[in-house]
Amino acid sequence: MLELRNISFTAENEDGKKQIIKNVSLTLNEKFIAFTGPNGGGKSTLAKIIMGIIKPTSGQILLDGEDITNLSITERANKGLAFAFQQPVRFKGITVSDIVNLASGKKLTVTEVCSYLSEVGLCAREYVNREINASLSGGELKRIEIAATMARGAKFTVFDEPEAGIDLWSFNSLIKVFERLSEKTNGTLLIISHQERILNIADRIIVVANGEIRSDGNKENILPGILANSACQALQEKEKVN
Amino acid sequence: MAFSEIQKNLLKEVAGLEAVPNGAYNIRSNGSLGGRNTTANIDIITKTDKPGIDIIIKKSDKRERVDIPVIITETGIKDLVYNDFYIEDGADVLIVAGCGIHTVDHGDSSHDGIHSFHVGKNAKVLYYEKHYGGGDGNGKRTLNPTTVIEIDEGGSLTMETAQIKGVDSSIRNTQATLQAGATLIIHEKIMTHGEQYAETNFNVQLNGEDSTVHMVSRAVAKDNSVQKFNSVVDGNCKCSGRTECDAIVMDNAKVLALPGLNANNVDASLVHEAAIGKIAGEQLIKLMTLGLTEKQAEEQIINGFLK
Repeated sequence: MLELRNISFTAENEDGKKQIIKNVSLTLNEKFIAFTGPNGGGKSTLAKIIMGIIKPTSGQILLDGEDITNLSITERANKGLAFAFQQPVRFKGITVSDIVNLASGKKLTVTEVCSYLSEVGLCAREYVNREINASLSGGELKRIEIAATMARGAKFTVFDEPEAGIDLWSFNSLIKVFERLSEKTNGTLLIISHQERILNIADRIIVVANGEIRSDGNKENILPGILANSACQALQEKEKVN
Repeated sequence: MAFSEIQKNLLKEVAGLEAVPNGAYNIRSNGSLGGRNTTANIDIITKTDKPGIDIIIKKSDKRERVDIPVIITETGIKDLVYNDFYIEDGADVLIVAGCGIHTVDHGDSSHDGIHSFHVGKNAKVLYYEKHYGGGDGNGKRTLNPTTVIEIDEGGSLTMETAQIKGVDSSIRNTQATLQAGATLIIHEKIMTHGEQYAETNFNVQLNGEDSTVHMVSRAVAKDNSVQKFNSVVDGNCKCSGRTECDAIVMDNAKVLALPGLNANNVDASLVHEAAIGKIAGEQLIKLMTLGLTEKQAEEQIINGFLK
């Protein structure tokens, strides 16, 4: 169980200070939780605060009751947090097999590495020894990122917009990946997403907007509001064009 | 000649040799001959006019291996050697060279190797060269390899060089001349630390139609070390050349890359890429989210980069 207590984060730039996260408190213990909401609303920042990539200005983070607010990224990873980046990083010389092995924390057999890659729809044999460099497309990189994150087997896993940059065919299989993951996991999956089909398989949907929790509940309560809202936005934009 | 444990270790480091090889070899140890064997396809002859050897690879050779390691375990050695490789038309050979210096006291040691390759028509050469410095002595370990390469029509030479730590000062000069349809591929890996200095100078003349060169240098400079990478490619006809220099700088190290492309013909196609910078923060963060410490993440990135 992960708990955020009164988390605030203020960023400083040349225009002065801007409060990105405003006194957010949440208890996250469902199997499949989705963060959604408008771009720039604070979803990714909140996720990065959980992983320790961003330090909150104030507030506390607890994992299974233990205060992890001052722990480093490495320490949090070793306590069971995992993070799949929206824009995965490239590495010259580090192979797909290396990253999946590092993620799992043990020496995997080629067959085991391949099974993670097959899960995300990559023809494994072609990929195990490829370097994670510019020769991979954005979509391939993204799927490798998801496979490596799955190999972590963590108790609390964040996926930051896993659907971004993935083509339609892969998107369909991605939904299946998350369905399977949520069945298999003994922990919590926190997915940041704009996609209705991903939100639709979540146990709980939290709408983050303007640095605050705008709404929070199960899909029956939250989804209709989001869809109405986005339909409304689409109409407004259409009117603007006309 | 029996080798000491240190000498055996050097042979393993520079040539991957666990024992004296079965095939052709010439081992130079502390400035003199430490052992030699020739085969039907590979002959090795001591030069009479200057220190060094002629290695003759006959056209009948198909993928035989020849080892030419140099090992230095005594200090105060200033070794200068000329090795000329004559690769006959159509031969196909693997040449493993390298130099290991292990010093335990405060004296300096150096080895300047001048290797000349005469690659015949349609001959194929794979050349591995590794530099290694070991030992606790604070004597200066200096290696200055010069490589002169001439590739005749349709011939090819692939050169893989590595110098990972331990060598205090090195200036590597490589000059190559390529005839029609010839190919030269060079992969260089360098890691310097402490107060080390490493300089690489490449000069490639693409003289024949459809000749090709591809040079890739991967370098890591740590502490106060300094590296220079000069690569000059002259495209004198319809040809293609590409040089890449990728370097990671750390601490107070400095890296200078000076590419020079001279297109002396309208059909010369030459490309250079250079990227120098510190390890990207996002790469470290990614590996830390997998449970590695910052230090482990750094090592992982460097090991991968120089793999």
